Amino acid sequence: MPEQNHPKISLLDVTFRYADETEALRKITLDIAPNQVYVLFGPSRSGKSTLLRLLNRLSDLTEGAQVSGRIALNGQDIFSPAVRVAALRRRVSMVFAIPTPLPGSIRENLTYGLRMAGATDPLMLEERIQQSLVQAALWDEVKDRLDHSAMALSGGQQQRLCIARSLALQPEVLLLDNPTSGLDPLSTATVEDSLYELKRSYTIIMVPHSVQQAGRVADRAAFMLDGELIEEGPRDRIFINPTHERTESYVTGRFG
Amino acid sequence: MNVTTADDTTSTGQAGPLTGTTDRGTWREFFVEHAIKAAGISMIAIVGLIFFFLLREGLPTLGEVPLGALLGTRWYPIEELYGLIPLVIGSLLVTAGSVLIAVPLGLTTAIYLSEIAPQWQRDILKPLIEVLAGIPSIVLGFLGWVALAPLIQSLGAPTGLTAFTGSLVLAYMALPTIISISEDALYAVPKEYRDGALAIGATQWQAIRMVVLRAASPGLVTAVMLGIGRAIGETMAVMMVTGNAANMPAFGPAILFEPVRTMTATIAAEMGEVSQGSVHYHTLFLIGILLFIITFAINSLAGRLIGGQEQRRKRGQI
Repeated sequence: MPEQNHPKISLLDVTFRYADETEALRKITLDIAPNQVYVLFGPSRSGKSTLLRLLNRLSDLTEGAQVSGRIALNGQDIFSPAVRVAALRRRVSMVFAIPTPLPGSIRENLTYGLRMAGATDPLMLEERIQQSLVQAALWDEVKDRLDHSAMALSGGQQQRLCIARSLALQPEVLLLDNPTSGLDPLSTATVEDSLYELKRSYTIIMVPHSVQQAGRVADRAAFMLDGELIEEGPRDRIFINPTHERTESYVTGRFG
Repeated sequence: MNVTTADDTTSTGQAGPLTGTTDRGTWREFFVEHAIKAAGISMIAIVGLIFFFLLREGLPTLGEVPLGALLGTRWYPIEELYGLIPLVIGSLLVTAGSVLIAVPLGLTTAIYLSEIAPQWQRDILKPLIEVLAGIPSIVLGFLGWVALAPLIQSLGAPTGLTAFTGSLVLAYMALPTIISISEDALYAVPKEYRDGALAIGATQWQAIRMVVLRAASPGLVTAVMLGIGRAIGETMAVMMVTGNAANMPAFGPAILFEPVRTMTATIAAEMGEVSQGSVHYHTLFLIGILLFIITFAINSLAGRLIGGQEQRRKRGQI
C-alpha cells in the first residue's frame, strides 16, 4: 500500500491562538504514520488536548480562536474550504476523557454517527454494532441488552461504548483524549489491551493518563511542554534515552 | 427525658455531657423546625381551603340548573340561560391559538439562544426576555386593543376583537415563560453531549435534534405546560381584546376570527354584578371549579410526563 510510506497526519508549523492572543500551541511540526499508537504526553496545560481537538476541528467551537500553519490528513489540508467538517470528524473520530454516552439505548448510541451520515440499511447497522462492540471489547458484556439505556452501564463500559461508537463509523484515525481518566485499573487494562487490536485497522493518537501509561501503550511518543513540541520519537528512545534534559526529568518523574 | 434547665443551656459544648438535652441550640432548633413545618402545612391548608370554598359556592349550581342546561350553547344569565359551552370553547380557542403560536416560536428562540447565538446577542436577548416577562398583562391587553385589533380588522375580519387577537396577546405573554424555562433546560445539557455528537460527525443541527433536544425534553415539556397554564388562566388582557361576546362561534375556517369570551373573562366581568347566593353567582363559581380542574389536569399531566420519563431513565430504558 502506498499510504504506508506517507504520514497519515502531518502538521507543519501549527500555531493555535485563543481570542485573547495567548498561544496554546506554538509552531508544531509533526508527522504521524498510520497503524500505530502515537502518544502525546506532557504536564497539564501543555497543549496536548488542544492539539488533539485541532485534528478533527473540534477547535472550531472555540470562539475567536485562530489557527495558522497546515494540518493534512492523507496529504489533504483539513482547513481547506472544500472540507466538510462533519465528514472529517467521521474519519477522524474522538473519544473524550469523561465517558459521554448520549441519551438513548446502547444500540442508538452506536448508530447515531452512522444515521447522521445517512445510513439506513438495518443489516449494515446491525453488523457495524456487533463489529464495533467486539473491537472495543464490550460485546460479551452488553450483547443481551442492546436496547437498555447507555446510562445504566458502568464507567468503564461507558468509555468502551464511546470508543465503539467512534469505531462504528470505521474512521481512519481515532483520537483518544485521556480515555482512562475515570476508570478503575481493571477497566483501564481492558481499554489498553484493546488498543493493540485496534491499531491494526486504525491510526490511534492518544493523550495518556500518566507517563506510565504512555510508556505501556505508545509506539511513538511526543513530549509537549507549554504549547511546544520538545521532542518526539520511537517509544524506547523517548522513555529510556531521551535527547532533551526536560524530557528526561519528566519521564523520570522529577517534575510533572 | 431530662428536663432542660437554665444552667444546662448555658454550658458549652466541650465540657457538657454527651447525653441529654443540654445543647445550646435545642430550643432554637425546636422553634425553627416547627415554624418551617407550620409554614408548609399552612400552604397545604390554603390550597385545601380554596378548593373547599370553590366547591361550596359552585356545586349548588348542579342542583339549581339541570345538567342539560349547563351543557347548552347559550349564556344569557338574565334570561336564566346558563349554557357553559360557548365559554369553554372560547377559552379553548384562545388558548389553543396561543399555544400554536407561542410553542414553536418559544422553542426555536430558546434553541437559538442556547445553541446558536453568539455571546453578545445572548447578552442582549436574555435580559430583554426577562423584561418581557415583567410587563403587566393589562399593558399588553391595552397594546393589543390599540395596535393589534385594528391590524386584524384591516385584514378583513368583521371586527378586530377576535379569538385570534386574544391568542396573539396570550402567546406574547406565554413566550417569556416558555423561552426562559426551555433555555435553562437546554443550557443544563452537558457540553459533553454536544462534543460527543460532533466528534462522531454530527452537523450542528443534527447534534441539536438528535442529542440536545432529547436530553432536555423533560424541561421542554415543563416549559410548554407552564406556558399553557399561564395562557389559560389569564384574564384581563384577554377580556380586552377578544370582543367579550359569549356567543357560540360558528364553526368553519374563520373560527379564530370571531369574537369570543373566555371562562376567566366571564367571571371577572360578571362577578361584580351578581347577588351573592343567586344561581348566577353559583354558576360563576362552577366556572371557577372547571378552570381549577383544567389547570390541575395540565399540571399533573406535565408531572406525569416528566416523572414517567425520569423513572424510565432510572430503570435504564431510555
